[in-house]
Amino acid sequence: MNLESFLIVGAAIFAIGLYGVLSKRNAVTVLMGLELMFNAVNISAVAMSRYIVPARIGSAGEMLPQLLTGQVFAIFIITVAAAEVALGVAIVIAIYRNRETVFVTDVNEMRR
Amino acid sequence: MISELWVWLILLLPLGSFALIGLIIRPFLARHSKLAGQVTVGAIGASFLLSLWALGSTIADGARAETWSSYKWLSVGNLEIDVGILLDPLTALMLVVVTGVSLLVQIYSTGYMKGDPGYARYFAFMSLFTGSMAGLVIASNIVQLYIFWELVGLCSFLLIGFWYERPAAAAAAKKAFIITRLGDFGFLLAILYLFLNADSIPGNPLDISNLTNQLPLAIGAGTVAASVATWAGLGIFAGAVGKSGQFPLHTWLPDAMEGPTPVSALIHAATMVAAGVFLVARFFDLFASSEVVMSTVAAVGGFTALFAATMGLVNNDIKRVLAYSTVSQLGYMMFALGIGAYGPAVFHLFTHAFFKALLFLGAGSVSHASGTFDMRYMGGLRKVMPWTYHTFLLGALSLCGIFPLAGFWSKDEILAHGLSSASIGQVVVWLPIVAAALTILYTVRAISMTFEGEFRGGADAAEDAQPHGGGVHLAESPPVMVAPLVILAAATILGGWLINPTTGLGVIEKHWLAHFLNTKGADVNLPLAVISTVLSAALFLAAHHLFTKRAATARRLSERLSPAHMLLSRKYYLDHLYEDVVTVRGFYGGAARLLDWADKAVVDGVVRMIDRFGRNIGRAIALLQTGQLQGYGVAISVGVLAMVGIYLFF
Repeated sequence: MNLESFLIVGAAIFAIGLYGVLSKRNAVTVLMGLELMFNAVNISAVAMSRYIVPARIGSAGEMLPQLLTGQVFAIFIITVAAAEVALGVAIVIAIYRNRETVFVTDVNEMRR
Repeated sequence: MISELWVWLILLLPLGSFALIGLIIRPFLARHSKLAGQVTVGAIGASFLLSLWALGSTIADGARAETWSSYKWLSVGNLEIDVGILLDPLTALMLVVVTGVSLLVQIYSTGYMKGDPGYARYFAFMSLFTGSMAGLVIASNIVQLYIFWELVGLCSFLLIGFWYERPAAAAAAKKAFIITRLGDFGFLLAILYLFLNADSIPGNPLDISNLTNQLPLAIGAGTVAASVATWAGLGIFAGAVGKSGQFPLHTWLPDAMEGPTPVSALIHAATMVAAGVFLVARFFDLFASSEVVMSTVAAVGGFTALFAATMGLVNNDIKRVLAYSTVSQLGYMMFALGIGAYGPAVFHLFTHAFFKALLFLGAGSVSHASGTFDMRYMGGLRKVMPWTYHTFLLGALSLCGIFPLAGFWSKDEILAHGLSSASIGQVVVWLPIVAAALTILYTVRAISMTFEGEFRGGADAAEDAQPHGGGVHLAESPPVMVAPLVILAAATILGGWLINPTTGLGVIEKHWLAHFLNTKGADVNLPLAVISTVLSAALFLAAHHLFTKRAATARRLSERLSPAHMLLSRKYYLDHLYEDVVTVRGFYGGAARLLDWADKAVVDGVVRMIDRFGRNIGRAIALLQTGQLQGYGVAISVGVLAMVGIYLFF
């Protein structure tokens, strides 16, 4: 297993998610696409943290624990994504209650 | 010897009185407004005494010009503008005239303006005027002179419009301000011209004594082009034309009679309007080095003398008759200066200040009794106001040039100079002589209508009673008003003979004034003097007979001449020309409409174009705003991809 394999998988999932976000009319499907994009980013971040960050050597020549930047990022993204989905679904439900539709194409009140 | 400080005080005392009245008496002591009059009379009285001292000191000094540069005001390049004093015989004489007449007028005003709601304001402005006029006279620098020149113009505006609630007064004030400003613009151009030609003028080009000494010498020697004197002279003369009401800028002066009568006496008869003559006299040596300027001055003056006199013949307002007379007499002075008769011109300025102030104050006294200025509703006042009548008559005789009153000496000297002067076309010389005959006619007409015959109702009969009138009360004016009349009458009787006698008078040498002004005194031309006196007296009596005893004949005569009468009473349609043709049609109808069009079409057009450009771009961009979230997403994605692509491949 090398870094490229992880990045290819991440990019593929990101592209699939982006396609879903941009092409689906149903707001729930759009949110699912969004979730895919988050997780694609997570995969890339963890993979790069694992493969790219160099080993650290102390002043006395001893090995130090590896930095976990990417992994920490991933955990944050999972948390934020959970909150975002909760909010997003709540909005979708509110819209559905108001106008009996979950199609993003019908929600265009921001037009001039 | 008078010192610098005392001369400054002549100007600063009235200005201090202005500040005191304006800042303290008027706002805080409104109930003691009498104080304003007392402060003014006190300050101007002190100024008068100092002026007498200045005159005495100049005489003792052998009529030498004294200059003090008190304060370095500005320094532009090599050019330095000093604020200072130029005390020469002309200045000293003018100081005495200005403060002396002003003092008498202020005393008179304390009676005339009694009970007016603007009493304190009146004296504040009068103080400011007297101070500014003194400043104008002593200025050693042309810029300093110009500042005070504008200040007296401002005071004139404020005092003409003193009863500003009357539309006629407000309009007259505006007219005076605007028309004199036309002349002042020429004066300003002359100053700028001198400033710009500083390199070719030896010495300081803005210093008056330099302009009247070194510059004419340099022009005479040929080191400076004569055109400098011509252009500067014409510009300065334009200012004098505006201030002194010379043709064609005379129309404001008769209208200025809307102001209180003492104002007319002081500002529009004795001092401010004479400032134009003073200005020409001040720069006389500069003017004299240009033939063109001198001929212009003589022609304008001579023409104005006649032109204004004709209009005085038909007016029914006593003050306006006197105003035309003032314009005419100022024309005499200009004429005299133009033919090189410097001494006679200043002499006439001096005598005219007294007898014309006397006539105006007399007119004020008359209106005090009759409540109107319209002579058609006066008449018969001789019996009720003997003091006013006799002093007015003296002033009128002096104006007509009857021996031995002041006007005779100065006016005859001018006419004699005119006849003996060969440098000028003969037509111009005859203009003031014809004007002298007309002067007698309109003066006698005014006297007859005012004092002779039966009283014709005064303010009760006149449809437009004057605001100050306060109705008819046929009685002599109070002593505080009569006393100045008597003093001025005394000056009118004695002034001409005493200061410029044709034979030595003990202490006073022969031709004292002429020598004092460093000019040659003219011996009296006896045949001419006899002829002119006899003719004047005959004409005076004949006119008196015509207007008093044969009023019906006079009326028939004026009816027979009705086209001429019409032309004169419409002031040669010049007011019509200036107001309706030049202002309304030319300015508002032509220039203003053109500018309005340019503003709407060009300026607004450009603004509207910019506005339309922005709006159209906005409208085009707004088409992209569909409200479709996913469309925006596609755009963002494509954009990011494009940027990444550019980053990677280029």
